[in-house]
Amino acid sequence: MALLDVRDLSVVFKRKGTRPFTAVDGVSFSVEPGQTVGLVGESGSGKSVTSLAIMGLLPKRGAEVGGSVTFSGTELLTLSDKQLRDRRGRDLGMVFQDPLSSLNPVITIGLQITEVLERHRGMSRKEARVEAAELLDRVGLPDPGRRIDEYPHQLSGGMRQRVLIAIALACRPKLLIADEPTTALDVTIQAQILSLLSELVSETDTALIMITHDLGVVAGLCDDVNVMYGGRIVERAQRHDLFDRSRHPYTHGLLQSIPRLDAPRGEPLTPIRGSVSDNIEWEQGCAFAPRCPNATDVCWSDPPELKADDGRMLRCHNPVAIGDAVTEGAL
Amino acid sequence: MLRFTVRRLLQAVPTLFVLSILVFAWLRLLPGGPATALLGDKATPERVAAMNEVLGLDDPIFVQYFRFLGRILSGDFGNSLITGDPVMEEVGWAFPATLELSVAAMFLAVLFGIPMGYIAARFRGRFLDNATVVTTLVGVAVPVFFLGFLLKYIFTQEMSLLPPSGRQDVLIDATRVTGIATFDGLLTGEFDATWDAMLHLILPAVALASIPFAVIVRITRASVLDVQGEDFVRTANSKGLTTQIVRKRHVLRNALLPVSTTIGLQTGLLMSGAVLTEKVFAWGGLGTLLEQAIQQRDYPRLQGLILLFAVVFVLVNLLVDISYAIIDPRVRVR
Repeated sequence: MALLDVRDLSVVFKRKGTRPFTAVDGVSFSVEPGQTVGLVGESGSGKSVTSLAIMGLLPKRGAEVGGSVTFSGTELLTLSDKQLRDRRGRDLGMVFQDPLSSLNPVITIGLQITEVLERHRGMSRKEARVEAAELLDRVGLPDPGRRIDEYPHQLSGGMRQRVLIAIALACRPKLLIADEPTTALDVTIQAQILSLLSELVSETDTALIMITHDLGVVAGLCDDVNVMYGGRIVERAQRHDLFDRSRHPYTHGLLQSIPRLDAPRGEPLTPIRGSVSDNIEWEQGCAFAPRCPNATDVCWSDPPELKADDGRMLRCHNPVAIGDAVTEGAL
Repeated sequence: MLRFTVRRLLQAVPTLFVLSILVFAWLRLLPGGPATALLGDKATPERVAAMNEVLGLDDPIFVQYFRFLGRILSGDFGNSLITGDPVMEEVGWAFPATLELSVAAMFLAVLFGIPMGYIAARFRGRFLDNATVVTTLVGVAVPVFFLGFLLKYIFTQEMSLLPPSGRQDVLIDATRVTGIATFDGLLTGEFDATWDAMLHLILPAVALASIPFAVIVRITRASVLDVQGEDFVRTANSKGLTTQIVRKRHVLRNALLPVSTTIGLQTGLLMSGAVLTEKVFAWGGLGTLLEQAIQQRDYPRLQGLILLFAVVFVLVNLLVDISYAIIDPRVRVR
């Protein structure tokens, strides 16, 4: 049985005076124990909202969540707030994008770790402190015995992200969701944080959902990759399949737009034209059609379904021909 | 923390220095100079010249200033023109009364203002919130003297619950120790005096508290709403912490930062702004002294009061900064 099973998840934001906005629309995927799954897409593709919906962290007022999220056999969407709080932090952990704003500025990082341990592992303040120092050591924070009494502003960006990882992994959750954990960091630190994450999850056999817009991150880390566009999954494949032969024009475009070192000098980059704001509604046709080089009349009038195609799932009327894709080596 | 406090204390010195220059300059800039101010407009030139000599006004200006500074530092503010008593003595008599009233008002404002602001934020957009916003709007808009008379009418006239004015019943023979009536009774064991002083304190304190209360409610509400949307609150929720801990440790603690600044500013304003309330409730404090001094051009007393208010303001702000540093570690390193 899958550890996490997301079925037909939808999130609609409703505010008085504005049109309801569908941020996530019929998203389904599952995560096996110990597996690393990628959720890839541009800003506004619905990937972060998907993760917040799984964690039950969307505002209660104004966001309508539909579908089903089963975690080890338990339906999460119907749990009460209290039941959900018992599970969050213990069975499901989450690492956020901006490590500075995600840590409370006025309390020590030690307390921010020990409060989870006290809550879920029933430790006393003293035991939790010892454990917190060990956790900080495990995530590679230098001099944890001293750092434990410091405040977030006294740490560097990379160290803060290590602290957030320590917090998320403090209770050895079965599933960790990392929402763009390296976006706010320097490139060199990004690599460190990514290898730390992959090391820790494989050590503890934690399943990981990696949310990112960076295909490089996906290439190094994920087993399965879901590409999202306009709130729906448009392509799902195993990592190697995706990079060897991306079929959806959007995925293809993402891969094409990565600068390559082996490209001839002076050759312009190949961006995807337009922006997310150019979407049309999925009810009308393919949301990507306005930006798609392959779009034909059918794309504008007929919404494509997510269908199995050549060992992967694909939502496209005119996929990229096989053999026309970039290779992983290029990254 | 100690280093921060010491540094902040030292920073207050230049502020007070500049302040003394301003007060000094103010007296010299009066039309006709201090001598005319003291003697009145109809003084003969001879008398003005004589007075100038007595006051040392013919000396170079910086000599005058340092003489002025020396006098102030030794606690000599001159004598009041109205009573002839040393200003220092008058102020020493009246200050505890104003301090007592201001502290009581601020205590009420904080005690009710923070919880009410917090509750309004929790129930944002619903009845409780709207009711709070309207109440505080009224709190800011209603003049203190009107509220004072209204309170007196209800609680004295109609219900006969509380005394209408004064600080203590004249029949009570209380011993003065600090001059803070409620406190003195406790020190000397005259508990009936404390009780009586407290009854006298309620109405003026409530009237004076209305504005700072309304301001604190609004700042708390806005600040809690602001902090609730912060990323670290989401992190706290993602850890599965109980709602109580999230609210107390993560939301409220951060939300109190701007509130503490407001409390400081409002306290400073209270001390100098209690004039109306003191008048309505015949509260013999600094407000009464100030009012007389302005009406009768009692410059020595005015000068003393201005300096006192300024020093209080500086001190209160010092306390605010220190409390800020206690709540927010980011301030300490700066």
